[in-house]
Amino acid sequence: MTAVPLRALRAREPGSRRLREVSGKVGWTVLAWVVAIAFFLPVLWMVLTAFKPESAAETWPPRFTFSPTLAEFRLVFSGWGPYVTHSVIATIGSTILVLLLGVPAAYALSVHPVGRWRDGLFFFISTKMLPIVAAIGPLYVIALKTHLLDSIWVLIILYTAMNLPLAIWMIRSFMLEVPSELLEAAELDGAGRIREITGVILPVISPGLVSTALICVIFAWNELFLALNLTVTNAATMPMYLISSVPQEGLYIAHLSAAATVASVPVIIVGWIAQRSLVRGLAMGAIK
Amino acid sequence: MAQVRYVSASRVYGKNAPPAVDALDLEIRDGEFMVLVGPSGSGKTTALRMLAGLEPLDAGRVEIGERDVTFVPPKDRDIAMVFQNYALYPQKTVAQNMGFALKMQGVPKDERDRRVREAARLLDLDDQMLDRKPRQLSGGQRQRVAMGRAIVREPRVFLMDEPLSNLDAKLRVQTRSQIAELQRRLGITTVYVTHDQVEAMTMGHRVAVLARGKLQQCATPRELYDNPVNQFVAGFIGSPAMNLQTVPLTDGGARLAGTVLPLPAAVRTAASQAGLGELVAGIRPEHLHLANGSGELAGEVLLVEDLGADALLHVRLAGDADPVVARTEGRTPPAPGQQVTFHVQPDDIFAFHPVTGARLAG
Repeated sequence: MTAVPLRALRAREPGSRRLREVSGKVGWTVLAWVVAIAFFLPVLWMVLTAFKPESAAETWPPRFTFSPTLAEFRLVFSGWGPYVTHSVIATIGSTILVLLLGVPAAYALSVHPVGRWRDGLFFFISTKMLPIVAAIGPLYVIALKTHLLDSIWVLIILYTAMNLPLAIWMIRSFMLEVPSELLEAAELDGAGRIREITGVILPVISPGLVSTALICVIFAWNELFLALNLTVTNAATMPMYLISSVPQEGLYIAHLSAAATVASVPVIIVGWIAQRSLVRGLAMGAIK
Repeated sequence: MAQVRYVSASRVYGKNAPPAVDALDLEIRDGEFMVLVGPSGSGKTTALRMLAGLEPLDAGRVEIGERDVTFVPPKDRDIAMVFQNYALYPQKTVAQNMGFALKMQGVPKDERDRRVREAARLLDLDDQMLDRKPRQLSGGQRQRVAMGRAIVREPRVFLMDEPLSNLDAKLRVQTRSQIAELQRRLGITTVYVTHDQVEAMTMGHRVAVLARGKLQQCATPRELYDNPVNQFVAGFIGSPAMNLQTVPLTDGGARLAGTVLPLPAAVRTAASQAGLGELVAGIRPEHLHLANGSGELAGEVLLVEDLGADALLHVRLAGDADPVVARTEGRTPPAPGQQVTFHVQPDDIFAFHPVTGARLAG
C-alpha cells in the first residue's frame, strides 16, 4: 500500500535535486563571468585605446569604431630603451639574489631547522607588515650617504629585500614537501649539506623554485614607489616610463595606454607561465 | 661482513612518553638474516633507525662488527638501507641512483659503472632500464632499484624497512623469496623490519618479536611457533592466530565450553604454585581436530572460510566462550550451522599467566 507513493517520492526527489544543482551551477557561472568581465573590461579598454589616434581616445560618449593605428606604439618604442633596460636588470638581478639567499635560508628553516626557527620565520614576514612609506625617509638618506641614489644597485638591493620574505616562505613550504626518507637516503649515501641541497633537494623542488622566481619577477617589474623616490634617470624603470608619458599639457590617453599595454605584456606572459608552474609547484607532494 | 649488537639500547621521544625502544639487547650474527617484527608502535622501525644512525640513542650502545658506532654518522657505519617508499632520487636515472653512494665515496667512474652493472645483473634489471628515471618504472622495478642501490655499496650490514609493503600481494610473495635467496648468496648480515609475521617466518634465520618497545622473544621461526615465551608472541606468530581463552582452573585441568580440558601436570603445578584460579589457554587452529561427535569440545559452526587446501572453521563453543578458529581439511568441511565436536591433545594446549602473560611451564 505504501509502496506506490514511496516510489513516486523517490522518483521525484532526484529530479528536483538535480534541478536545484543545475540552477545553482548556472548562478555561480553567471556570477563568475560578471566578476571576470568587471576585472577584464578596463584592461580591454586600455588595449583598445592604445590603438586609437590621440584625437579619438578621449571622447564622450566613448567610440568603439575607429581606424586603428600603431602610431602611439611607435612613439613608445622610440623612448622606452633605457627604462626597459633598467627594469630588466633590476628584475632579473634581484630575482637571482632572492633565490641565492632564499634557498639556504629556507633550508635552515625547514630541513634542518636552526634554533628558534619559528621566530626567524615570523621576523622575515613581519618586515612586510610595515608600510613602505614609513621606511622611505631612512632609505632615502641611506641611499644618499652610500651614493646609491639613482643607481640600479639600490633597486636590485631593495627589490631583493622586498621579495626575500615571500620567497623564503614559499621555498620553505616546498622543501617541507621533500620526503624525509629521500633526505635520509642521501645522508646514508654520504651526501654532505651542500650535496644534499644541490643534488637532492633542488632537483625535486625545481617546479616550486620556478614559480617563486616568476612571482618575484612580477613584483619587481611592477614596483613603482621605490623607483619613483630613489631614482631619476640612471635607473628609472618601466612604471616610471608610464608616468613620464603623461605630458604637462595636451592629449595623452592613447599614448599612456600604449605604454601601459607594452609594460603589461611581460607580466601577462610571466603570470601565465607562473600559473601553470604554480599548480605544478604546489602539487609537488604527489612526487613519490 | 659483521655482527651487530644492541646493548641496552633505548630511545625516548617525549619526556613523559614511554620509551619507543626500551633497553634492547640483541645480538645479530655475522651473515644472519634477522627479522624485527611487531605491531605498529612496537619500536621495530626505531630500532632499525638507531642502527642506521638516523635516530640517536638515549641510553646504551650499538655495535657493528665489534666497533661501537653509537656516535658514528650514518655514512661512516658501512651500512646500506632500503626504505619503505624506496626513496629513489626522482631526478636521477636508475644508474645514477645506484651509483650515488659510490660517487660520494669518490669511487672512479669506471669502477662505479662496473659495480652498478653487476648489481643490476644480479637483480635482473636490464641495461636500458639503467637510463630511465624512477617514475618510468613499475613498483616492482623501483623496489629492485632500491635493493640495487644497497647492494652496490657492498656494505657490512643491510637494513630493510618494510621494503615489500608497497607491492601487490603476488609480487610481494615473489620478491620475498628473491630477497631471501639474494641474502643467502651474498651472505651479508641483514636486519629486516616488517609487521607481517608471514614475512618474518619465511625470511628470517631468526626473528625478534617486539611489542611496546620491548623485545619479547628472539628465536628461529620454528622455535617461536612451537615455544612462544608469552601470550603476546603466541598470539602474534601464526596465521590464523592462536585461540586464546581465559579459563577457570578445576581439579584435573581447565574448564572450557562446559567440559574439563586436561592440562599437562607441569602446567597444573606451575598454576597452583602461582596461586592462580584461572589461566589463559591457547590452542593453535590446527590442533583442534574434528571428531565425529566423540570430541570433548562441542560447538556450532558460524562461518567456513575455504582456502582450497584447507578450510578455516569459525566455531562458537558451547557456553559463552568467544568463537574459536579451527583448521580442517578442505574437501569436506562442515556447513555453517552444523554442530561439531573437537578433540585436543593435552600437550597441544599452551598455558599463560592471566596477568603477566608469561608462559606457564613451557
